[in-house]
Amino acid sequence: MVLKSEPMLISMGPHHPSTHGVFRMRLVLDGEVIVDVEPMVGYLHRGIEKLAETRTYTQVIPLTDRLDYLGSMTNNWAYVIAVEKLASIKVPERAEYLRVIIGELMRISSHLMATGFLGNELGCTFTPLLYMFREREKIMDFFEMVCGQRLTYNYMRIGGMSQDIPEEFLPAVKKFVAEMPHYIDEYEQLLSENEILLARTKGVGILPRNLAISSSVTGPVLRASGVQWDLRKSDPYSIYDRFEFDIPTGTVSDVYDRYLVRIQEMRQSIRILEQAIKQLPAGEARSKVPLLLRPPVGEAYAHIESPKGELGFYLVSDGSIAPYRCRIRAPSFTNITALKDMLVGWKIADAVVIFGSIDIVLGEVDR
Amino acid sequence: MGILGHFQKWLVEHSVPDWASYVVPALTGIIIALLFLFLMIIVFIYLERRGLGRFQIRPGPNRAGPWGVLQAFADFIKIVTKEDIVPYAADKPVHFLAPVVSFFSAIMILAVIPIQKDAYITNLNIGILYVSAISSLGAIAIFMAGYGSNNKYSLIAAMRGVAQLISYEVPVLLAIAGVLLISGSLGMVDIVESQNVPFILLQPLGFLIFFIGVGAELNRSPSDLMEAESELVTGYHIEYSGMKFALFYLGEYGHMVVASAVMTTIYLSGWKGPILPPAMWFLVKMVLVCLVFVWIRATFPRIRVDQLMSLAWKFLLPLALLNLFATALEVMWQDKIGWEQFPWPFVFLNLGLAIVFILVGSKLLFKTGGGQVEV
Amino acid sequence: MTVALSGKDLATRIGKAIPQMVISIADNSITVKSQGLFQVAKFLKETPGLEFDMLVNISGVDYLDYFEVVYHLVSLKHNHSIVLKTICLDRDNPVVPSVVSLWRGADFLEREEYDLMGIRFEGHPNLRRIYLWDGFKGHPLRRDYL
Repeated sequence: MVLKSEPMLISMGPHHPSTHGVFRMRLVLDGEVIVDVEPMVGYLHRGIEKLAETRTYTQVIPLTDRLDYLGSMTNNWAYVIAVEKLASIKVPERAEYLRVIIGELMRISSHLMATGFLGNELGCTFTPLLYMFREREKIMDFFEMVCGQRLTYNYMRIGGMSQDIPEEFLPAVKKFVAEMPHYIDEYEQLLSENEILLARTKGVGILPRNLAISSSVTGPVLRASGVQWDLRKSDPYSIYDRFEFDIPTGTVSDVYDRYLVRIQEMRQSIRILEQAIKQLPAGEARSKVPLLLRPPVGEAYAHIESPKGELGFYLVSDGSIAPYRCRIRAPSFTNITALKDMLVGWKIADAVVIFGSIDIVLGEVDR
Repeated sequence: MGILGHFQKWLVEHSVPDWASYVVPALTGIIIALLFLFLMIIVFIYLERRGLGRFQIRPGPNRAGPWGVLQAFADFIKIVTKEDIVPYAADKPVHFLAPVVSFFSAIMILAVIPIQKDAYITNLNIGILYVSAISSLGAIAIFMAGYGSNNKYSLIAAMRGVAQLISYEVPVLLAIAGVLLISGSLGMVDIVESQNVPFILLQPLGFLIFFIGVGAELNRSPSDLMEAESELVTGYHIEYSGMKFALFYLGEYGHMVVASAVMTTIYLSGWKGPILPPAMWFLVKMVLVCLVFVWIRATFPRIRVDQLMSLAWKFLLPLALLNLFATALEVMWQDKIGWEQFPWPFVFLNLGLAIVFILVGSKLLFKTGGGQVEV
Repeated sequence: MTVALSGKDLATRIGKAIPQMVISIADNSITVKSQGLFQVAKFLKETPGLEFDMLVNISGVDYLDYFEVVYHLVSLKHNHSIVLKTICLDRDNPVVPSVVSLWRGADFLEREEYDLMGIRFEGHPNLRRIYLWDGFKGHPLRRDYL
């Protein structure tokens, strides 16, 4: 006689310490095994695309800060590149190099946070998180030096940066770049060969290559699935074709591969930083752009490789001072398309880990 | 005789009526046990919070009192003044009694633990049996808490918790059985007395199994699934607030105190040691065990529940049986060689056997749990 | 460097395979009729030499007379990209065929366009509102919402 049991419906609800924000997953459980997943988003929807239609092109930049609030500089960068493409504005060399330096520092900071929180979700009581935050604090100090803010920077402008860097910035960044590989070695020593971490993450949450491409997944998740697609190499924007760096890719596309890809990307960012600091020319930090910019009628789509994936802005202009349509292609939104395939069959404990390895930020998902 | 025995004799000599000469020492014993427990809990909480802080490159609480000593009192005052919220559809008696049972099982074990040669409340000649019986009560408390809260999360956590506690008792008891074979008696004082060499050296495999098993019974990381904050948001005590939560917290640390005391008695030779007074040695060893627990908590991630169960049943249990078998063989040869005179060959033999068994067991017996289940 | 394919050659190729669907051609974008969108998308995805295997973005734009749905497609294999557009002239009930069966990524993107713009995607398995709650009236991103 088979015992009748009902599947249990649990809402890993908006208030949860491990869902990276207000994200809701409705899980159907059979004991501990997940049978069905339905992600429900929209708890942080602020209507940024609608707001952008009533603000001038420069006033939209603080709005873009709040998208991926852990990687604000790269959001600004994507938007500013889109406007510059639309209005055919040329950016001075010094501003381009500064953008690369700031962008790579932002990438390191975002990956530190992602890896630290992955450790947190695996259960190591904040220890790897606090070690990584020690370095992230240094990066936030650099950003405070440059623009006065620690979270929503609003530093880039159409045509360059809002102001040039102070003198203490470059020596501090040089010192940071020199000592950072040693710290990354420390993290790898703590985490990469840990038995329990290997048992929890190896083979868990596999996203096959074809499913990843078909689900429009981009960023470290796609690269961990074995696809060599990084916009900095495939479609270089800004001056990325002048730097030498590799693209780490994974083989098995499980959680462990995503963790390794992020650690390796941090190392490659250090490489880019070293080259950019050496080649930084003198000059202006911003080109002359009218205060109320009126781009010609048309449209433009510009995308960059943000730490979470491909961040793109599709701008339609009708010749006035505000964009007619500002569509934001957020990487975290499409990265959760394949959540159900990754989660079904695993246990609740794995749900949190797999979800954390995708590394989403709710500001982007909900916009 | 014990301090209470002396106290009772003194009362009888001063012609106190019979019933009083039973009741008054009993009450004194209870008060002493509670005071000792609370004092050690406060020490352990302080060590844990400062220790975790230092492991995580931060100071830990250092504002409340010199070096943060009064932090536990500040937390206690805060928790006691919080509102006590009981869910509407909760099972009220069960919900109310669960923290009491949890704390209760911690205190009761303290009755048999000897701090010095005659500093104990009672010397049961079945001490270890009593300890293992009372420590099984913890599972009931967890299940009462999870079930009575009428919350799906706490039910899942309670199920996991009961499975974990029941599974880990078996290797722990088998490890203790190894010690009992050598010492020959169940009484706690006799076990300490028979340790010329601390049993951690004579039973390294048993100590390891006991340590891992007790760590799982106490919900210490890496086996703290029941209160995994990152998954089930504090597990079985989700719906508790105020003094009931404080009782759970005290109960958890109380269990840790008691488990360290038992470990010191059985494996680390209790109060024996050269220069310091014996009671001081006991406390020092308890604090050392606590520090190792804190160290492990700060370092390791958490294992998943199916990996936890396969660790208990497929790895620790066979090893504990092998350990028991080896110990039994050695005790049989003791008559020919002499345990007291030359324990050192057995130390190295046991260490070698431990390494061999662990390597063989981890390659042959242990697979890290189930993977993806076909749905 | 991702080559943005020119609209003209692609339009002729599409015109040979699926006739009379192309409405207009711009620099890098092709506008097709909404009835033929699915066939054109399938042609773009499966023709060897084109093979657009990743759908990058779906945007809906509200020009006051008509809705325009813009699909950005990219091919990881050949490293070229194209913009595919379609037009819905009916303002009260805009309907476009869904491309979910070709690219799984269209799942959430189309739900968002339905929610905020009101464009229905035929053939989508789960066309519900994604950001706003289920009983919400109206579609906020339209130009005449407020």
